[in-house]
Amino acid sequence: MYLLNRGKKVVKTAKLALEDGTILIGEGFGAETIKTGEIVFSTAMTGYVESLTDPSFKGQILMSTYPLEGNYGVSPEWYQSENIKAEAYVVRQVCYNPCHPKSEQTLPEFLEKEGVPGISNIDTRALTLKIREVGSMRAAVANVDITDEELLKIVKEQPHIEDMNLVDEVCVKQPKIIRERQEYNVAVLDCGVKKNIIDQLLRQDVGVIVVPPSTSAQEIIDLNVNGVLVSSGPGNPENVDKIQDTIKILAEKMPIAGICLGLQIISLAYGAKIYKMKFGHRGSNQPVKNLKTDHVFMTAQNHSFAIDPDSIEGTDLKITQINLNDNTPEAIEHKTLPISCIQYHPEAGPGPHDSIKFFEDFVERLK
Amino acid sequence: MPKDASIKKVLIIGSGPIQIGQAAEFDYSGSQACKSLREENVETILVNSNPATIQTDIDSADKVYVEPLTADVVAKIIEKEKVDAILPTMGGQTGLNIAIDLEKMGALEGIRVLGSPIETINNVEDRDLFGKFMDRLNEPIPKCQAVNSLEEAYEAVKEIGYPVIVRPGFTLGGTGGGIANNKKEFEEIVTHGLEMSFINQVLIDESVLGWQEFEYEVMRDKNDSCIIVCNMENIDQMGIHTGESVVVAPTQTLSDEDNQKLRRASIKIIRALGIEGGCNIQFAVHPETKEYKVIEVNPRVSRSSALASKATGYSIAKVSSKVALGMTLDEIKNDITKETPASFEPAVDYVIAKVPRWPFDKFKGNTGELGVQMQSTGEVMAIGRTIEEALQKSIRSLDIDQEAFEYTEYTDYDLEHATDQRFFQIYSALKDGREVEELAEITKINSFFINKIKDIVDVEEKIQSQGISVLDDSDVLIKIKQYGFSDKRIGELLDVTEDTVAQARDKIGLRPEYKMVDTCAGEFEAKTPYYYGTYDSLPEDKPKDKKKIAILGAGPIRIGQGIEFDYCCVHAALALKDENVETILINNNPETVSTDYDISDRLYFEPLTKEDVLNVIKEEKPDGVIVQFGGQTSINLAESLNDAGIEILGTPFESIDMVEDREQFTEVLNELGIPQADYGITNSFEDALEAAHNIGYPVLVRPSYVLGGRAMEIVYDDNELQDYMKEAVKVSKEHPILVDKFLEDSIELDVDALCDGEDVYVCGIMEHIEEAGIHSGDSACVIPPQSVPENIIEQVEEYTRKLALKLGVIGLINIQYAIKMDPEPKLYIIEANPRASRTVPFVSKSIGIPIAKIASKLMLGKKLSDFELKNYADIDHVSVKESVFPFLKIPNADSVLGPEMKSTGESMGIDKNFGLAYYKAQLSASMRLPTEGKIFLSVRDMDKPKIESIAKKAKELGFGLIATKGTAEAAPGVDIDVIRKVSQGSPNIRDAMINGEVAFVINTPSGKQSADDGYIIRRLAIELGIPYVTTIAGANAVLTAIEEISKGELNVKSLNEYAE
Repeated sequence: MYLLNRGKKVVKTAKLALEDGTILIGEGFGAETIKTGEIVFSTAMTGYVESLTDPSFKGQILMSTYPLEGNYGVSPEWYQSENIKAEAYVVRQVCYNPCHPKSEQTLPEFLEKEGVPGISNIDTRALTLKIREVGSMRAAVANVDITDEELLKIVKEQPHIEDMNLVDEVCVKQPKIIRERQEYNVAVLDCGVKKNIIDQLLRQDVGVIVVPPSTSAQEIIDLNVNGVLVSSGPGNPENVDKIQDTIKILAEKMPIAGICLGLQIISLAYGAKIYKMKFGHRGSNQPVKNLKTDHVFMTAQNHSFAIDPDSIEGTDLKITQINLNDNTPEAIEHKTLPISCIQYHPEAGPGPHDSIKFFEDFVERLK
Repeated sequence: MPKDASIKKVLIIGSGPIQIGQAAEFDYSGSQACKSLREENVETILVNSNPATIQTDIDSADKVYVEPLTADVVAKIIEKEKVDAILPTMGGQTGLNIAIDLEKMGALEGIRVLGSPIETINNVEDRDLFGKFMDRLNEPIPKCQAVNSLEEAYEAVKEIGYPVIVRPGFTLGGTGGGIANNKKEFEEIVTHGLEMSFINQVLIDESVLGWQEFEYEVMRDKNDSCIIVCNMENIDQMGIHTGESVVVAPTQTLSDEDNQKLRRASIKIIRALGIEGGCNIQFAVHPETKEYKVIEVNPRVSRSSALASKATGYSIAKVSSKVALGMTLDEIKNDITKETPASFEPAVDYVIAKVPRWPFDKFKGNTGELGVQMQSTGEVMAIGRTIEEALQKSIRSLDIDQEAFEYTEYTDYDLEHATDQRFFQIYSALKDGREVEELAEITKINSFFINKIKDIVDVEEKIQSQGISVLDDSDVLIKIKQYGFSDKRIGELLDVTEDTVAQARDKIGLRPEYKMVDTCAGEFEAKTPYYYGTYDSLPEDKPKDKKKIAILGAGPIRIGQGIEFDYCCVHAALALKDENVETILINNNPETVSTDYDISDRLYFEPLTKEDVLNVIKEEKPDGVIVQFGGQTSINLAESLNDAGIEILGTPFESIDMVEDREQFTEVLNELGIPQADYGITNSFEDALEAAHNIGYPVLVRPSYVLGGRAMEIVYDDNELQDYMKEAVKVSKEHPILVDKFLEDSIELDVDALCDGEDVYVCGIMEHIEEAGIHSGDSACVIPPQSVPENIIEQVEEYTRKLALKLGVIGLINIQYAIKMDPEPKLYIIEANPRASRTVPFVSKSIGIPIAKIASKLMLGKKLSDFELKNYADIDHVSVKESVFPFLKIPNADSVLGPEMKSTGESMGIDKNFGLAYYKAQLSASMRLPTEGKIFLSVRDMDKPKIESIAKKAKELGFGLIATKGTAEAAPGVDIDVIRKVSQGSPNIRDAMINGEVAFVINTPSGKQSADDGYIIRRLAIELGIPYVTTIAGANAVLTAIEEISKGELNVKSLNEYAE
């Protein structure tokens, strides 16, 4: 039962099911379909377009803790990839009447066109507290008529995210030249790169080529680049094939940088262990401390897996930055090789630009 | 790195009396600063002249000075206390101004300035330096130029470009400016403006009118780590002061891209300024291009930072204080989670709305038009899960007899020129079928927000079309409640009572659940209990353990109900904590100490209406409720609470009724043999006329059940009575009009007393300086009384004792008396209020006894004999309270005092005799009484017999005298220069004042129309900052004060020394 029929479409009842058997009834928006995924929450208060289109959300149902989403509409300028990567979107209230000069469509229209279901009028805080207690869960959003039992069955039949290879679903299949050769050149090992990462590299006046994560070390060496950036991306870092060996070869020859999933893959390559966090870090307000300078800054984060700091002991890696909320490692360097990687998102989009200098520093190391 | 060990003793500068633009937020910040510094083992010295603050409680700091906030006085304290550092950033603009003045007078040699360096303060306070500084940073600001001729103006506009805002530099009431879109308009406005300006100057500002306004609260520590605590969006566009705007947080219509742009600029600015602590930055953002300009930087805590703190749960004042001591953000714990550090940016999962409370009901003839000058006295905040809910809750929090958007007459002009009614007018236009986009165009408000009001309109239509059956339909009803509708509003729409809707909710078990404000949107477990009600899910029943008591707060600060009541609520919470009772506090004012989450055991940030309060009570099931401390707001809820079977602690609810119902009260007085002035209760003009004739003019007329003397007037004849009755009907339909004999030329007394049901303790007797007829809240007063005969004092004590016992008071009672001196001194009672009065903090500080705390303990069953109270009269200093008025801020307001309260705050002066204490109180109220120069005299006919003695005394004190002809002739024995009235052509008194030839003005008003000479003189005095008085009694007190101060210099003494 709805009080208001917003926009041109009649809103439909939608369901959100969790693997613990919870069924929540809400108001549907976006596409009339069913999607499964791991439900996670993000505390970012702006940047829903950037988040939804971030390939790292592949396989996940995104829930915003901020209750009002869609307020400023949707502009393609904010996309982090060509389309929505999150499986579904859960919100408290969705806006049908946005107002922003750049907006070309509403958030419900965007989801509808992209075939992504959305559900609103959910007590997102209550659900956040539940996820905080029990951890991320498999879930489904249904914007079509379906019984609770059927929906729960679908929820439980889906694989766990740690068992999936999601990178293959979002990465480039062929090398793609973004900018022709310059004085200095960077290859991006694409595990699900965001547009802002590319844009930030471009701002450093380097040539950029994006290659699939399965590209061999020799192929990359043949590209004659000065450095490699291993991008962020979705899912379990252990499931990205062959990439660790590639990195180990390349690191002997050129500077390597890693962001988020990139950091995790690189750390694994040098003997660190990773674990799946209870509910991860997602938001724009994560405090990180640089252990060398004591400087504290805000970061955008989006990750489910983290480096086990104890596993660093005995490796050639060292932790150079930590998260002040839970002391998890935020930056890792190699003691001898030119490897430096970070767990958070310096490229922003969404989130603060406090650490945007990461790209400048990386390109500086190429010189 | 821990705090800087070289900082051992810090002076914290308060903000002084409550005034428009500087309210309770600085009590909150100053109190937090004291607490935070003491936690780090720093010795704290506090100075503030406002007695109604928690920070001036003797135990807030190691030493507390209630002394005037002027640089010379503060310098004396610095010298006496030998402090290492001062912290000026907690005391608003007053604090910064004092810091600048201290630096100028060289009083800061060897003294550190914590928070913001003096250079930084200068860089943002001085418009020129600010422009240059922002230029160097490459941050855009609106261009501005001051010009003295039309030619210069043309040059200026060439550079700035149209449209421009033209503001005459210094005119009466700030009039004479305008917006010029082209040369023709420009020429007209500039020419007129130059004429209007007393200094022939106009300011040409680049116009950012119609742009959106945003605020960022930034924090920085010495490691250069920066965070944004909160960002806020003004729904009202640029051109309306942010204090006058409806504000939401976080921002709603900024994309992440826009938000990060402003965030980057904020961090760049705070870094460049080198601030260690909090800072507020205001931006104007073009609605189409999203280009921005920096409008203002406040290198200190502010009203906005108090709001941001309450909106997020992140205490900016507390963290700023610690950072000022040299701690870094990651060394400070987040008080709410207790686990995570303060070096993070709060994430919220709700939205807050802030709505200002305006005093326009107090100033007749004011249009309520909003602009760049702040006029509101206070504000409310409401928290909801949607904007609709937050907006509707904030309307009910305002305590304006309106629980929702209501239809209000409007014209298109009104929509374009915002007044305090604007949102109700937009609602009305939507109700009339006007389009959202059209209204957005006219009002310049982002259509996003107008659509939210449209949602409310649509839901109302839905309620009305579905009719009464919505009450049985739980799916629909819960959604209606999610939009923030009160039972009362739903009832109005369905034509049923509020109770019917409440019962329907009860039947289906529908009540709000209380969500927590936790700074982190649920990401971490929070420990601090700070809640708001919403209807997302149904609540679970909580088990009840310990004894607990709910305290109802006072809501927004307004004239008549100020910070004093918040002070009392805080004391109640602290006293109950002492007694190991759990406290629940309900309030909605974001500025105050009471809404600091560590004052009570649980804070509910909710409207103070019957429905909202009863909902909290159902959730918490307290053993009792205290309504004595929240002023009229909480007293008004007593009946509903009583009807709902909830125990009201302390004085029984019936006693409140007994004193407010005049007939019952008369019976009580007759029985006790306490005289009162003749009166009548009337329902019509005819009745009133008859009553007035029986009693004899002048009479005091007022509606029953009002606060702050609202709509109270002294009338002298039938015509005035008729005029009044026409007005009064609008004020209150349900309650009759009271007609009292006005006791002319009598001395008024205010008495606060404690009663435990068996015994009475008189806490203080205050003698008013101004004669009866001026609202007690506006009158200056003194403890102990200076001119009251001993036998009358005894009578006051006796009457007070009898009445308190008769009324069964448990806690506080305030009684007002008048002494008619002629022919024999005779004491009359004027009124009694069995609750905490606004004088409670002043009395507490005068006698050094925390009477609100004792009152709270009496309510728990303690007896007066448990406290070993010394005799109230056993003090050897004199305390004076002076009122502070908002006249400068309210265009065209006259400074004449009367039975309607107009003051916003108060100052206190303490010294060894009346003259010095009065001088200090005046100085604290921004009246620096002169010791030389010329005094201008102009008094009404009835005061003329009294002017000669005043003139003589002034002459003796060495003043020159000038007067209008009539006044001069009334003092034939004194040498007075006669000057022309304004209406008599130049040169006249106006010219003399503008030329700085007048050091002091004594002007008593005649008649009621304000467009006369007297008005112009008073208004000029206000705008030129010339000290003035408008009563004969005030003039006498001023001369006594000047006589005393002329004998020697002003000394400072802490409350701690007085207490020894």
